[in-house]
Amino acid sequence: MTTRLFGEAVQRREDPRLLTGQGRYLDDLGAGALAAAFVRSPHAHAAVRDVDVSDALDVDGLVAIYTWEDLPERLAQPLPLLIPHPALTHGRTARPLARDRVRHVGEPVVMVVARDRYLAEDACALIRVDYEPLPAVVGAEEAVRGERLVHDDVPGNVGAHLVQSVPSAGGRGAAEEIAAAPHRLEFRLDIERSASMPLEGRGVYARWDADDASLRVYSSTQTSTSVRMALAAKLGLPLPKVEVIAPDVGGGFGVKIMHPWPEEVLVPWAAMLLGHEVKWTEDRREHFTASAHERAQVHSVRVGFDDDGRVLGLDVTILHDHGAYTPYGIIVPIITSTQLPGPYRLGAYRVEFSSVYTNTVQVTPYRGAGRPQAVFCMERTMDRIAAHLGLDRTAVRAANLIQPDEFPYDQGLTFQDGRPLIYDSGDYPESLRLLKELIGWDSFAAEQERAAAGGRRLGIGIGCYVEGTGVGPYEGGHVQITSDGRVHVSTGLTSQGQGHETAFAQIAATELGVPLERVSVVTGDTRRFGYAVGTFASRAAVMSGNAIALACRKVREKALRIAADALEADPGDLEITDGLVHVAGVPGASVPLATVAVLANPLRYAFDDEAARATQFAGASPPDRPPVAEGEEPGLEGRGYYSPIRSTFASGMHAAIVETDPLTAEIRILRYAVVHDCGNLVNPMIVEGQIHGGVAQGVGGALYERMVYDEHGQLLNASFMDFLMPYATEVPHVETAHLQTPSPLNPLGIKGAGEAGVIPVSAVIASAVEDAEGIPITKMPISPSELFDLRRAAGDPRAS
Amino acid sequence: MKPPPFGYHAPRTLGEALDVLAGTGEHGKVLAGGQSLIPLMNMRLAAPAHLVDINRLGGLAAVETGPDGVRVGALARHAQVERSAGAAAVQPLLRQALRLVAHPVIRNRGTAVGSLVHADPAAELPAVLALLGGSVRLARRGGTRDVAAGEFFTGPLESALRPGELAVSAFFPALPARSGTAFREVSRRHGDYALAGVAALVRLDGDLRVAEARAACVSAGPVPVVVDVTAACGAAPAGAADWEAAARAVRERIEPEDDIHATAHYRRHLTGVLAAQALREAARAAVEDAAGNAGNAGNAGNAGNTAGRAMGHGAGDAAENTAGRAMGRGAGDVVGRDGGTAGQEGAHG
Repeated sequence: MTTRLFGEAVQRREDPRLLTGQGRYLDDLGAGALAAAFVRSPHAHAAVRDVDVSDALDVDGLVAIYTWEDLPERLAQPLPLLIPHPALTHGRTARPLARDRVRHVGEPVVMVVARDRYLAEDACALIRVDYEPLPAVVGAEEAVRGERLVHDDVPGNVGAHLVQSVPSAGGRGAAEEIAAAPHRLEFRLDIERSASMPLEGRGVYARWDADDASLRVYSSTQTSTSVRMALAAKLGLPLPKVEVIAPDVGGGFGVKIMHPWPEEVLVPWAAMLLGHEVKWTEDRREHFTASAHERAQVHSVRVGFDDDGRVLGLDVTILHDHGAYTPYGIIVPIITSTQLPGPYRLGAYRVEFSSVYTNTVQVTPYRGAGRPQAVFCMERTMDRIAAHLGLDRTAVRAANLIQPDEFPYDQGLTFQDGRPLIYDSGDYPESLRLLKELIGWDSFAAEQERAAAGGRRLGIGIGCYVEGTGVGPYEGGHVQITSDGRVHVSTGLTSQGQGHETAFAQIAATELGVPLERVSVVTGDTRRFGYAVGTFASRAAVMSGNAIALACRKVREKALRIAADALEADPGDLEITDGLVHVAGVPGASVPLATVAVLANPLRYAFDDEAARATQFAGASPPDRPPVAEGEEPGLEGRGYYSPIRSTFASGMHAAIVETDPLTAEIRILRYAVVHDCGNLVNPMIVEGQIHGGVAQGVGGALYERMVYDEHGQLLNASFMDFLMPYATEVPHVETAHLQTPSPLNPLGIKGAGEAGVIPVSAVIASAVEDAEGIPITKMPISPSELFDLRRAAGDPRAS
Repeated sequence: MKPPPFGYHAPRTLGEALDVLAGTGEHGKVLAGGQSLIPLMNMRLAAPAHLVDINRLGGLAAVETGPDGVRVGALARHAQVERSAGAAAVQPLLRQALRLVAHPVIRNRGTAVGSLVHADPAAELPAVLALLGGSVRLARRGGTRDVAAGEFFTGPLESALRPGELAVSAFFPALPARSGTAFREVSRRHGDYALAGVAALVRLDGDLRVAEARAACVSAGPVPVVVDVTAACGAAPAGAADWEAAARAVRERIEPEDDIHATAHYRRHLTGVLAAQALREAARAAVEDAAGNAGNAGNAGNAGNTAGRAMGHGAGDAAENTAGRAMGRGAGDVVGRDGGTAGQEGAHG
């Protein structure tokens, strides 16, 4: 069939727009808006004594200055805690503007609105805030000592504590299994902070229509529907009077699923008060100190295993630094602790985490969302076991892999969605076989030896993961075919560059039997679709993709019914090809979908040729029945929702060959190979792009990125000069192979792919560097300076 | 990230520019390429009351080459100097260093003289000027003075430029006969400021023994650190010189500091590694240079020298680079960071 587009490497339809400067990002909108800017805390922890705005009042072009005292009751309260959890016994969130205490550098204290951003910043510079600095808590280990408190009413700085235990088949706990195991290891691992760091920061632009008493807000967000609900609640507006639109968004990677941000409620509030459009565009320094970070964790690992390297018991204690507030709950450490077992059948597993407050930027999910830490832990453990037993690292993994006939496989844990963590499908041994073939695992030892003879140090590393994707509770899709034959698809979740306009159109075109060019897709616009969750957790394709497919099937069914009537045929004999409904095997007996769309509406004003032509098909409706039958609706459109019983689990395995310079300690990735299984592929090119981008971010986390806080809680590298995101020059070519194990949980058999690339990279690079150097790698990222230090500590004669 | 208010001046002639600078004194900053000054202003870390934009002074854009060296005007962009075949023939170190300055887009706007005036000890060009013993020409209303590199760099982001002065050009002396140069550095990412970097110059005598060997180190102290290693490597034939001893001498002289990207200890180690590499490479270039001259049928005038050198270096460098990088690196991997593509903001940096 010519319209079979699902699974094709269709070029991204949004790219001509986005790559030629035609995109409309937040700051491209609202040229006439007033500008907001914020006075933010320069202290990591301080009492706010007084705010003196008198000098700022002289700034020409100043419109308004707001402090906490100006906020109405609903806005003066702490912002919502989005995802409560019984283990989060001491959840705390910030107020939109600080009242009497600031808990991290960058926390907003005063909002200024002025004619333009220059003047707003001039006014900010003249506002004097009287702070009384307090001792700062920096780093999870200092936090748990509890000597100083981030929140006076949170003893020991512990916001949440959670233990999950899965006994072995023999009914023994992890401690017991480890004690009885033939071999035991115990070690500690560290992962540094990084951040989503989209190239477009956050931003919000609000228009209050006084005549209509309605609010329209554009936000650079990963969830416009939830921002809308938050705004209606916080501003006391009827929900139908609030519209929120996510325009083109220049990357999110997790940070923009957080909502509502202080600025996201304050800017619309100011627009209503002032009766004038107001816009705030986050600058890079604000993004570093006033949005969100992730990753920082310390793991204490105990493992017991047999002679083949099979894990009999694993016990991991995680210290998770969640920063100053917990607006997004404890999703990140929950994911770390539940995704840690990866593709392995562990004997007994016990995991415990403490999530602690520090005087640093809050932690919310960043692409991978706790999984890179989990995979680093599990894969370092596998490598340790192999080293201890003198076995090949892939042999140890193979000994532990869940086998294809064991699905569905219940890990016995409760996942982030509160549902049982059951792997739906996968083929991990085949994945490992493909990866070893792709990277040339078995022939590497000889290559390594040859290189060593020439004075070069090469190493190979591997990392495996399983990723829960497509979390619920639901997404919806709406599909309308208009009388011009065009197909209008909308879904509530948002796009940040993933290629939804292409992938969703492929699904709709395939389901409906229409050419791709006739399909247009709108996402993240509450005027078009009001119910949605958002774009995060590798869920857009799974959730909205299936919802759109279901909506299309309804529309198709209706179209066939109407066409059957017009063609005097049985609906079961009809098919749709290239936008034409026709009787299978009967040439000439056909009707265009455009005509069917006209026929679907009994109001037959002929505004266009298509409507005029349709009259030939229009029979008179029976006089004894209403023109729109009971249970029917006018128009050729339909709505579908997909709500999964639980998440679907994608998987993958990566391998890399690195070279470390014996003299300079530089680390270079020579090859990077990925085997990836996200079920049926909607568009292989988009999936590959997602993998490449993810690997690039993973390379950043492995070799370059960290948030350097000093002991006073000052972020020392809050700029792109010193926070080192890799450039294209630092990212290796990525070789990929795909495995397609369909998910049995959804109609399209697909799994999420958005986060996959980033997840195992730190584990892979650590494994490879360790192989090259023969020195245990326990902390990531690793820089040349740090590798040099490790060499010195290990007595390397060339590192003196 | 918006600058505070400032006055803006766009003089049309050098005289006019000097008048404005005389009037604004310590409150005036010169804007040339703006690659460091503008970000500093946007972050409100610099707040000059007056910007004096010299971009209309076309006469300052020249790159003049002569037998004695290369004079680079205040408006000559990094890219322009990098691409100048004449400049590369007279002093190959210029091109070797400029390739390491940041990225092409920054080199297209940033100026060489701006980088010198910005006086960042992590930048390449100050090290080049210091190694070669060049100078900066400073003009003020009613006068001009030349300041030698040794006196020009007075501290991190501090130079001898006084309020009211404009750095109109810099002079990079020509490569002596039977000499070679090299620039090696390691940066975290392509185009970043170097963690460590070394510019080297080796001159041979008539018997092809090392007559002079010097190294200039970046990110190794408050100003570029020039170390004369002639004694350390002995008057040995170029191929047999003890470059490791030279590297030790360099390590002993420098004063690197810890920062968030590397420890001082690592920087010291790395500078030594790079010094040995750069000196060895410079010595090889010197041998080729001498061979090239010898092939020039007897007569050495300056013109002959220059031509021979240009040919020798062009081919030699390319081959050298390719070979040296083939194992561990992609071409152009060993590249610097933002150069001080500064405006001339150094005086009050």
